Amino acid sequence: MDKYMTRMGDGSAVFMSLEEIRSDVRDGASDAARRGKIPPLTDSEIDHIVDIITMDGIVVGVRYGDQVVGSTDQGSDTVGAECGVSIDRIIQAQMYERGFGLDSSDFGFTDYNFKAVKSIASYEASYMERALDGTVIPLLYGGMPNLGFYTKPDGPVENWAELLPQAKIDEALAAQEQAVDLAVHDIVYVAEQMDAIGADGINLDTAGAAGDADFLATLLATEEIKKKFPNQGVEIGMAGEFVLGMHGKLTYKGERLAGLYPHKQVALAEQAGATVFGAVVNTNTSKSFPWNIARVCTFIKETVKEAGNIAVHANVGMGVGGIPMCEVIPCDAVSRADKALIEITNLDGL
Amino acid sequence: MGGIKTAGDLVFRMQLMKGMKIGEAKKYVAEKLGVTEYQLCDSSVMAEVRDDLGLGIQMPSECTPTGMAAKMRIEKALDIKINSVAVFKKKAGLD
Repeated sequence: MDKYMTRMGDGSAVFMSLEEIRSDVRDGASDAARRGKIPPLTDSEIDHIVDIITMDGIVVGVRYGDQVVGSTDQGSDTVGAECGVSIDRIIQAQMYERGFGLDSSDFGFTDYNFKAVKSIASYEASYMERALDGTVIPLLYGGMPNLGFYTKPDGPVENWAELLPQAKIDEALAAQEQAVDLAVHDIVYVAEQMDAIGADGINLDTAGAAGDADFLATLLATEEIKKKFPNQGVEIGMAGEFVLGMHGKLTYKGERLAGLYPHKQVALAEQAGATVFGAVVNTNTSKSFPWNIARVCTFIKETVKEAGNIAVHANVGMGVGGIPMCEVIPCDAVSRADKALIEITNLDGL
Repeated sequence: MGGIKTAGDLVFRMQLMKGMKIGEAKKYVAEKLGVTEYQLCDSSVMAEVRDDLGLGIQMPSECTPTGMAAKMRIEKALDIKINSVAVFKKKAGLD
């Protein structure tokens, strides 16, 4: 029986038969449908994913004209901070534009969160302005709401992760609510500096990382940014597929945030005023790429369907969007994930 | 999509500003530039279109608009407002 090389969710190569691949694709799609209470993929969509996984070639591609745009959450610092090349962010932004052909880039501080940036926001704005002077592609200023940074000893608020095991429930809830107010203030403060120098948008990345309060801070900050600076685009990129209920009772426009999957998150992002929504579906490292990518496509297809006047970009980086959880991600898996997402879900970008 | 090698930056700009879907954004940009949506993704076509209109290209010569100069032309070509151009004009006393 022919075996096809594919990957496990941790990146290791695995050889599977056509029937094993088809079975994993079906199971992955069913898992998403069950968890998200959404329709599963159709038989023809399952066949198409199987075809993509078993195609010849290391790299596969979409039909001509079906290309979509890309946005980033790397602070224009991947080559510098992550690859260790001695190069500053302004030059990197130009390199992404003219060397790599990126459709956009986000500019951000190495410690990619708004609390860390607040005290140096005017310097960051000045830096960002010089980047904007020399680039054509849209440049967003990016960072994470990162609510955890507001807890003691790094911040002023009691640590709810310590309070909850002590059964100090009211105190834990109050601490999260205080952190929301502080985070919204910081994000809007930084956005104000960026608006003053003409940033194309604000990228609120890894939203919901600390749970429902983190997502609420993101939505409220977006609302405030759009109210104060209506010309600013706002991209919300999620941290994970599922909003953790660290608080549990928080709502936005009447919708409880805890437990929301991407197809429910997108409507709230749109209501808050975001123009681009970065949907996340996590990679299960102990399952195969066929299982993971089918699961991702099932969620993202529904997310695109639920999105109104907002562009949906799927996060396809390490550990999300079907991409294996490994430091140097294999291009065979990346190109297959991209092709499947574009052709199955009709999404607006990656 | 290829950024300034094609028209990816212009299509994304419409998404970021207006929340446009990919098809809607491509259609808008294609109509404004007088090309087909198919051609938007073709680097051989778009390199010439962008060079002619001064919208920024991958390998600019000394006469080619880059950075802010190209964005000022993008504003006109797409009939949009770009935040950084507005700030630049204000600082330069051009508006």
